[in-house]
Amino acid sequence: MATKKFVRTKVNGRDHEVEVEPRLLLVHFIREVLALTGTHVGCDTTNCGACTVLLDGRPVKSCTVFAVQADGREIRTIEGVANNGKLHPLQEGFKEEHGLQCGFCTPGMIMSACALLEKNPHPSEQEIRWGISGNLCRCTGYQNIVKAVQYAANKMA
Amino acid sequence: MIPQSFEYFCPETVSEAIALLHEHGEGAKILSGGQSLIPMMKMRLARPEYIVDINRIADLHYVKEEDGFLKIGGLTRESDLEASSLIRSKYPIILDTAGLIADPQVRNMATVGGNLAHGDPANDHPATMLALGAEIIATGKDGERTIPIKDFFLSVFTTALEHGEIVTEIRIPIPPPGSGGAYFKLERKVGDFATVGVAAQVAVDGEGVCRSAGIGLTNVGSTPIKATRAEGFLVGKKVDGPQIGQAAQLAAEDAQPSSDLRGPAEYKVSMVKELTKRALVRARERAGS
Repeated sequence: MATKKFVRTKVNGRDHEVEVEPRLLLVHFIREVLALTGTHVGCDTTNCGACTVLLDGRPVKSCTVFAVQADGREIRTIEGVANNGKLHPLQEGFKEEHGLQCGFCTPGMIMSACALLEKNPHPSEQEIRWGISGNLCRCTGYQNIVKAVQYAANKMA
Repeated sequence: MIPQSFEYFCPETVSEAIALLHEHGEGAKILSGGQSLIPMMKMRLARPEYIVDINRIADLHYVKEEDGFLKIGGLTRESDLEASSLIRSKYPIILDTAGLIADPQVRNMATVGGNLAHGDPANDHPATMLALGAEIIATGKDGERTIPIKDFFLSVFTTALEHGEIVTEIRIPIPPPGSGGAYFKLERKVGDFATVGVAAQVAVDGEGVCRSAGIGLTNVGSTPIKATRAEGFLVGKKVDGPQIGQAAQLAAEDAQPSSDLRGPAEYKVSMVKELTKRALVRARERAGS
């Protein structure tokens, strides 16, 4: 059995210190060790983006990162998007514009969109589609997801 | 899917990393962006016993021009290349390439050094680096050595890197005035590996006569391919329609694709011809008048 390593991270503003096996994937750390199950395992092959979280503000696929790589870094998951119970404009947008059906891709979509809007507060439709190009949705055909992001961009302007 | 168990090290210097790689021998693998290695480990196609994570090593993250070269640190992320004002303004071929690798999330982790060192003929940077005549700076226990890119790719997942060497820098001779380049990638969907990819870089003189040409092909062989006959054909000629067409034909003849789920080999060969045309047209446009 491999030597366990300490991982010290700040997740959604809270500090955590846990000893883990090096091979523990970040997505499993988030879901099983921290019990934050909003982040989903979809394809497990770095394709679908359902596992997307923000690592030091940058969207990454948490199924393709080891938890030990997050030592000393900040993570933001879907659970950390709302502000004290008040929906983030993106969450409001997904609601108002019907940006989800089954909802499985939605947390990953929102994390990618969140990072996009932070970097580019007034994205064109093309830029939105490009910004979420690492996130797959089998239900919606993306149209309403794009509208949801546009809703949020307008609200946050 | 769960990788096989491994010991994990996170050195803070290049020499520490090299020492660890030697101490643990062939069972030790470098972790850079991890966007190729970790998927392989999850499928247990790769089962390193020791992982040497180089991500905490300082000063391997840079994009700068110096001493006649564009120098890119091995740990530079693809998204950093996309954000670099130097790359955006002066090296559109590199911007083209970085932006076509996988997707935004992967680009936030994936590194240029890793993209080259992995030796996957489906990776995108190799063709572009071949077209640009780059050099790989490999740092090992005996110091640095320079490997010309045309000697770097040996076979599938095999490069000229020795065990214990790390790609610390990629060096590209700054192209002369009158240069332009482009990378085109045909993919089934956004984020896919290339069905076919072509990088083209040309330098023309005051009369529009080609002084040098570099053409690299992605995913049509067991290594990325340098289309040397097409390159040689263009030198001394104007880079216009008929010449581009002929060069594209020569490049297609150098392609050795396999038939697979991205298409039959004959299709890929035709696509090499088409993309070479498009890349040369765009490269010529960017080279200006």
